Amino acid sequence: MPASQSGAIAWIGHTGRSMLRFRDPTLPVWLGAALLLVFLMLFPLGAIFRTSLWDDSGITLNRYLEVFTNEQFLKAIWNTLIISTWVGAIAVVIGALLAWLVARTDLPWKKPIRALVMASFVTPPFLGAFAWTLLAGPNAGSLNKLYRAVTGSEDALFNIFSMPGLIFVMALYSFPFVFSMIANVCELISSDLEDAAEILGASKWHTAWTVTLPLALPALVGGFILAFLQSLSLFGAPAILGLPAGLHTITTQIWTLFQYPPRLDMAAAFSVPLLLATMLLLTVQKRILGRKGYSTVGGKGGQKRLIRLGWGRIPVLLFVFAILSLSVFLPYWILLKAALSKAWALPLTWDNFTLHNIYFSFFEYGDTQLAIYNTFKLGLITATVGTLLATLIAYITNRNLFRGARYLSFFALAPLVIPGIVLAVGLFIAYTRPPLVLYGTIWILFVAFLTKEMPIGFSQAESTFKSIHPELEDASRIIGANRLVSLKDITAPLARSGLIAAWSFIFIGVIRELSAAILLFAPKSKVVSVVIFDLKEEGQVGVIAVLGILLLVVSFAVILAVQWFGGRDVVATRE
Amino acid sequence: MKKIGIYFVILAGIFALASLVAAQDAALIQAAKKEGKVVWYTSLALPSSTAIAHYFEKKYPGVSVEVHRTGSQRVLQRVMQEAGAGIKNVDLIHTSDAGHFELLKDKNMLMKYSPQAVSSFPDGFKDKAGFYYGMRATLSVIAYNPKSIAEKDAPKTWKDLLNPKWSGKEVSAHPGYSGIIMTHVLALVNANGWDYFRDLAKNKLHLVQSANDPAGLVASGERPLGVNGAEYFYYKTQKQGNPIKIVYPKEGVPLVVSPIAIAKDAPHANAVKLFMEFIFAKESQQLLADKEGLYTGHPEVTYPADKPKLKDLKLLSTDADELEKRNAEIKKRFVENFGA
Repeated sequence: MPASQSGAIAWIGHTGRSMLRFRDPTLPVWLGAALLLVFLMLFPLGAIFRTSLWDDSGITLNRYLEVFTNEQFLKAIWNTLIISTWVGAIAVVIGALLAWLVARTDLPWKKPIRALVMASFVTPPFLGAFAWTLLAGPNAGSLNKLYRAVTGSEDALFNIFSMPGLIFVMALYSFPFVFSMIANVCELISSDLEDAAEILGASKWHTAWTVTLPLALPALVGGFILAFLQSLSLFGAPAILGLPAGLHTITTQIWTLFQYPPRLDMAAAFSVPLLLATMLLLTVQKRILGRKGYSTVGGKGGQKRLIRLGWGRIPVLLFVFAILSLSVFLPYWILLKAALSKAWALPLTWDNFTLHNIYFSFFEYGDTQLAIYNTFKLGLITATVGTLLATLIAYITNRNLFRGARYLSFFALAPLVIPGIVLAVGLFIAYTRPPLVLYGTIWILFVAFLTKEMPIGFSQAESTFKSIHPELEDASRIIGANRLVSLKDITAPLARSGLIAAWSFIFIGVIRELSAAILLFAPKSKVVSVVIFDLKEEGQVGVIAVLGILLLVVSFAVILAVQWFGGRDVVATRE
Repeated sequence: MKKIGIYFVILAGIFALASLVAAQDAALIQAAKKEGKVVWYTSLALPSSTAIAHYFEKKYPGVSVEVHRTGSQRVLQRVMQEAGAGIKNVDLIHTSDAGHFELLKDKNMLMKYSPQAVSSFPDGFKDKAGFYYGMRATLSVIAYNPKSIAEKDAPKTWKDLLNPKWSGKEVSAHPGYSGIIMTHVLALVNANGWDYFRDLAKNKLHLVQSANDPAGLVASGERPLGVNGAEYFYYKTQKQGNPIKIVYPKEGVPLVVSPIAIAKDAPHANAVKLFMEFIFAKESQQLLADKEGLYTGHPEVTYPADKPKLKDLKLLSTDADELEKRNAEIKKRFVENFGA
């Protein structure tokens, strides 16, 4: 054993003893999980900073200088800021409106609406973006053709290959994040204050504007930042909709830097502003949510009554379905049509019908089977390992197993501030050269996905453990079971549905991941999202549609299975 | 009698040589089957690549072809990344950017191998040092959708594409992805200078990546005018019944010869040689012409009657060395002009 290693173990042993509340033979497991987590987070980030700062002659700031003076780069940063701001704003408006309608009004058909919001959430944004190129390409897009046929106009209604088009599509797939955040808050706000306003003579809308809205404001700002961050880190949608119009964003620019001759140092230096921006925003979000908290939101004590929409019920319902048709019905329909037709732009008549796309995708095209296999293998392994690790970490922080344990939650949530492509830059630098070459295998993707999905797994597990009182465990420990056994036999079964939800969140997150995979895949480790992107670059519309539908079908199957076994809603809003 | 004797000796000699070659072939096939597969990084259009793989697999059962198709520049990126990480995966490298092969040769990453059939190929298809050979050729052409653009209005020359009336109607593929377009841009820069592309960019082009993608956009009418693109793919899309007309500009058409070479560390060294022999044999080259709409270097191959003969066109050739040297410059200036 090398000296440094044995030294480290001695150190752990030492601090472990002094930190522990009482001796526990399972300590190595907990410390091991904690160290693994810290390593997962710090290693790629370290690689990024090192590569961006050091060159052959020592430390240099030249790359940063270039990032902030190169016109191309500045333009990409500027585009990204504009796009993300708009996406955040639109996502908040749609997401909050829908959440409020579902949570606080007597709008009918709430269950289907929730299901459709979840469908938008599950749809990979790159797939949505691809579908929208078929719907709203200015000349051949189905909606624009319809518009021309109806109005007789020569012009297009909407050009999806533009900044507004990109913002529109990204907002469609970002609003579910805001929805689930706001819906939870709306559930918590009691009607008392609203009642008071109404007694004083305010109209329903006036009450909503002056009472409900300010109460929800911290959550709205939080939702904005969440959607902003989400769009900041997207790669597929900007590549599919922005690049054709000559628009680069930070993520597409980083990706370009990987072309031969690769500029990994520049990619690393370019990643750092993105990293700092997300860190800053999350801090702001935490401040806002933390300070105002929900101090006026008095737990669940107050009464809740649904606001009556009256004659507006049906128009509002139609409006809601119109929005959801933009993110779900229309894209799914055009994908299905493209999968089954010879020429997607023509009507789906018998002459235009074909099963060749499906046959080609599964039986002739060699990449498909391997990619499907890799994708689901990675999904299963990452979800299982991820849930396990998240459970251990959440348990440590929740039961405060050793001093400093709460800092672990910082590490577990850290990937929230690391956009997928930045993480991939770090992992690529770290794992493509000896001694540890993971590149070329699916394990580099596994590490990336495990890291990326840790926050969602952790927060699920954490909130689940919060709701389970430790006394049952204490009982089992008094009888003599160690911590691991109590966790396995007592707490985990109680937390079952929460952990299953964590598992499925990770699984879905993995099978739809593109922004990290695009830099890390190799021929033997292709996944479905990467294959779809590859095919997009060549314009193989039918095959993309088939694979996209496959992804969606599997995602929905997993969710239904989880609801069946776990007995709960995956999009975490209470009924 | 003496003459007959000589004939007999010659005949016997030919038989002996033929059986020697056959024995060699049999040994190669045997060794290839032992390896079981060839890994092919290719920029040839996906349907064409998979079709060729299937021809090969049919002819040599037991040896499969693993096709990894992406754009030329991405193929190079992949090869280089894997070399950097010490991964030996690729057997066969095929892109449409001849400059790549000069680069790979300089870096000592190619295996020297000359298939039997290439001796009859013209010079433009051969590396003098014997590391790579042109597997196929195509042209980069203009194409339009006759449903949207009448033949009399259609552009005839590269310069016609600059007309502002095509603003918002044109589509271009990208030299940062496609070797065909890299070659196209170099050929036109050499003929017309960068001003040509600066002026072209004023028409707000729709940018796609692959040189095959414009065919789909032109056919669907999304952008009725392709300012460049792989002629074989336009031709194939047209043959499938799509509305596409191809224009071969009189000023000269960029000729793109796409080389293929064996990776120096090819893990399936015999199977890959068998593939090289296969792909350059007349039978395969004829298939490329008949089924895929490609041109080839094989002198005996015949072409569909509705395709122009190369000798009837004014061709713009590019030099592999120049392609290699100006690769970065072309990518950079293209992005400066078109935004991405």
